[in-house]
Amino acid sequence: MTSKPDFDLECSNVSKTFGPVRAVDDVSFEIPSGSFFSILGPSGCGKTTLMRMIAGFENPTAGDIRIKGMSVLGTPPNRRNVKMVFQHLALFPMMNVYENIAYGLRCAGAGKAEIATKVKDVLERIALPDVGEREIHQLSGGQKQRIAIARCMVLDPDVLLLDEPLGALDLKLREAMKIELKLLQHQFNTTFVYITHDQSEALVMSDHVAVMNSGRFEQIGTPQQLYHKPASAFVAGFVGDANRWNGRVAEARDGRARVETSAGLTLTCTPGSGQTFRPGDAVEIFVRPEFIRTSARNGQDAANDGAGDDGLEGIVDSLLFNGANSRALVRPPQGEPIEADITLTGGPEDIRPGETVRLSWSPDQALCFAVGTAPR
Amino acid sequence: MNQADFKRLSLILLFMPFALWILLLIILPHIGMGVLALREKVGPRVYEFGFGNFIDFAMEPIYWNILFRTGSMSLLVTALALIAGFPIAYYIAKIAGRRSRGALFLVCLIPLWVSDLIRAFGWILLLRETGVVSSTLLWLGLVDAPVEMLYNDITVVIGLVYTVILFMIVPLVSTLDGMDNAMIEAGYNLGGNGWTVLRRIIVPYAMPGIISGCIIVFMLTAGSYLTPILLGGKNSSWFTETIYEQFITRYNWESGAAFGFLLLAFTSFVVWLGLKLSGQTLAGTVARN
Amino acid sequence: MRIGTLAGALLAATMLTAATAAQAETLRLLTWGSYAPEEVIKMFEEKYPDIDVEVTFSNNEEMIAKLRATGGAGFDLAQPSHDRVYAAQLEYDIYKPLDLSKIDTSVMQEKLLDGVKANTTIDGKVYSVPHQWGTSGLMADKSKAPDVSGWGDLCDPAYKGKTSMRLKRTILLGTAFSMGENPFEAYSDLDRYQKILDKVVDKLITCKDNIKAYWKGGDDLSALMLSGEVVASETWDSTAYKLYGENPNIVFVPPKTGALAWIDTFTLPRKGKADDAAYKWINFVLQPEIVKLMSASTGAIAAIKGGKDLMPEEKKAAINAAFTDADIANLQFFANIPPGVEDMEGKALEKIKAATGG
Repeated sequence: MTSKPDFDLECSNVSKTFGPVRAVDDVSFEIPSGSFFSILGPSGCGKTTLMRMIAGFENPTAGDIRIKGMSVLGTPPNRRNVKMVFQHLALFPMMNVYENIAYGLRCAGAGKAEIATKVKDVLERIALPDVGEREIHQLSGGQKQRIAIARCMVLDPDVLLLDEPLGALDLKLREAMKIELKLLQHQFNTTFVYITHDQSEALVMSDHVAVMNSGRFEQIGTPQQLYHKPASAFVAGFVGDANRWNGRVAEARDGRARVETSAGLTLTCTPGSGQTFRPGDAVEIFVRPEFIRTSARNGQDAANDGAGDDGLEGIVDSLLFNGANSRALVRPPQGEPIEADITLTGGPEDIRPGETVRLSWSPDQALCFAVGTAPR
Repeated sequence: MNQADFKRLSLILLFMPFALWILLLIILPHIGMGVLALREKVGPRVYEFGFGNFIDFAMEPIYWNILFRTGSMSLLVTALALIAGFPIAYYIAKIAGRRSRGALFLVCLIPLWVSDLIRAFGWILLLRETGVVSSTLLWLGLVDAPVEMLYNDITVVIGLVYTVILFMIVPLVSTLDGMDNAMIEAGYNLGGNGWTVLRRIIVPYAMPGIISGCIIVFMLTAGSYLTPILLGGKNSSWFTETIYEQFITRYNWESGAAFGFLLLAFTSFVVWLGLKLSGQTLAGTVARN
Repeated sequence: MRIGTLAGALLAATMLTAATAAQAETLRLLTWGSYAPEEVIKMFEEKYPDIDVEVTFSNNEEMIAKLRATGGAGFDLAQPSHDRVYAAQLEYDIYKPLDLSKIDTSVMQEKLLDGVKANTTIDGKVYSVPHQWGTSGLMADKSKAPDVSGWGDLCDPAYKGKTSMRLKRTILLGTAFSMGENPFEAYSDLDRYQKILDKVVDKLITCKDNIKAYWKGGDDLSALMLSGEVVASETWDSTAYKLYGENPNIVFVPPKTGALAWIDTFTLPRKGKADDAAYKWINFVLQPEIVKLMSASTGAIAAIKGGKDLMPEEKKAAINAAFTDADIANLQFFANIPPGVEDMEGKALEKIKAATGG
């Protein structure tokens, strides 16, 4: 076995089948020590199964899982130094906070004094020094969250798995916990593997994110890479918002493709990484709302367009006001409405519904991917 | 009639059947029994008020023996029903699939479809000296003479466990069902082995169900009549049988009523003791289900 | 106005009910299992179309308990054994005297009639007349237990684990007789009777080891005997006769101290409502052709002249195999139970049951 202690967790060619269903299909990745790694995917993509295999609750059908360089395939869950924060936290309601945290230490055979010190220590680190005697039901949502993490961290795990632990919280608390989790991860300097279907959680907190779909990893990268250089149509569509068109390639040259969309528009796009097209190929085009410029049409057609920009005209259907993230829904002559980020200042310059506007964007920002081709 | 009066009236009407049931079938008979129990028989058609019936009980070691025998065997039955019922309940609540679950529950229910009497006769057919089990053993050559498996305490205990185990399983399933599987997995994940998880997590979580099952089973067992009588042997007095004998054979309704109250007091005391020792409350266990 | 209509309707309904009741009277029998065969009821209802017969099967203890609970209401005719009438009446006042002029006593066998009358007369009033009689004794499988001849033989170590008895007063009395006592004579002196009982209790506790199980009813006794698990037992004669039909090795054995004879009676509950129907039933079932049907059903002998000859053939054979004339002369009729004895006997039985002898 190759020993690569730089990685806390490595999976190589891990697969899991349930009857005819391939829940996890040939997944490989490694996580550097001390990083925050997220697995992002829609529900049912296999991310939970993957995590349960890492924790030891399922055995992979094929492949190997290594923790700190050692294969853990034959190791039962209670002997793996991988701890897990469950979706609904799974704190033990019949024990108080102290007992919840002490449970793992007791299982490990720690002495009374050692347990007391460690529990006190970890409670201080999560900034809840005085809750030891409280019952679980007396805690707030955020406190429970932190206790669940403390319960794992007190055991000094190699890897901490978190299974959508923010899902049950309300929006405000969720936003606050995102930051807190990131800080806790820094503080403990332990590898966190975070499972989520919420791209914003993944993007905000993670050092690296793996996007998972139908049991496979579509792409692994930093949040920025995923956002700006998606490796597949799925990633482009799943991570962040995007307008999308289906069409066929009319002409492909100089790293650009001209595409006739099914609605009858003609657009120019940049093939996504590793993609090459021939005329006639079916493709999907993605353009993010923030890359679309919107200008009131005051007789100066195409005046704002940069050289070679794509542009089209449409009527503003409605405005989606959300402060700095406001958006306009613009209906082009043909096809679905297009979303474009706009700035609404409240002044007379603002776009209003019913107006005709011009939308334009650089072909560099219009990525296209072949339809139906799997990445890699 | 205004709205409030109408509401009150309908509430009274709704409550009436329950109130009547409690009053006519529970409170009144108990008052009657209480009066009867406090009536001493002095001679034919002559009675006096007094505690003579209770004193008679207290002075007669046979009755104490029978009461303690009934109590201790009921506790044994309760313990066995718990030990046997817990894995079954755990399997039904946590391991069995949704579909097989209903079927399993049904299988547990089957013994209740037939009356106590038929069930006891079933055991008799199986276990008697010329019964199915004995003949099978003989035929297999495992024994060389017929074996009598009836008429002893072990048979009574087995028969009672079989009869009451469902009342242990149902509350256990209902509490275990409410337990998040993740809690068990968390128990393992944090380093516990199977035994630790059972002892520190599953059993404490199921405690209300365990206690309520035990209370029901203990009460049912101590108050059962047919099974101990039919399966029991020559030495197998059961307290309910003594009560029956007082009422029917000895025409001594007065002491029968007194014995009835004593059984009630005794079982209530045992239940109270059990609740105290396990730190549970009646409201938190039986009333929960 | 509305109230008037309602009252009128109610009145009409009541009258209608009353009229129906007058037309069809109900005779509520409280009797032993098999003492009211379907066929006999049908014939009775054909003869008296205005009487419906309802039957509740019971035994001596339950009959008294049921009547005691209601003060003698709910039934129109009961059939307790002759020894269970006197004390129950004294204690609980649940019966009423018979009008003997309404019963055809001439068909009854004098000895039994006089015996029952003597047993059940209180303040000069007669409460019961005999219906059927039979005995309690022993039953043995002659091929396996040829030497059983007395109550004490149930405790013979030769038959260890293969004998049975019913833990009721019969076995207490039988055992007392086998020990040379006469418990019936001791009824007049309860202290003496208690001494006898103590001896009997000791004996039966030591005997527990020998007993396989105490039987509770005719069915489990039959199963025990037919399977061969038990070779000798205390029994009712009718059960033994039934088994004789299935296995001629199983015979009724009158104990050498005398089989204990009981007579089931006709007695009227104090608050019975259909006395005339009850008297009709009494006279009806004492007719020879009905007796035949009845005896075939019950296995007991009717208390009428020539009752034994009206037994079905196979039962007659069983009786002849069991009883000699000397045995019949030796019968011990259950004596009236004086108040208090039931309690003493009950306690004795409890002691035996609770003892961990075996």
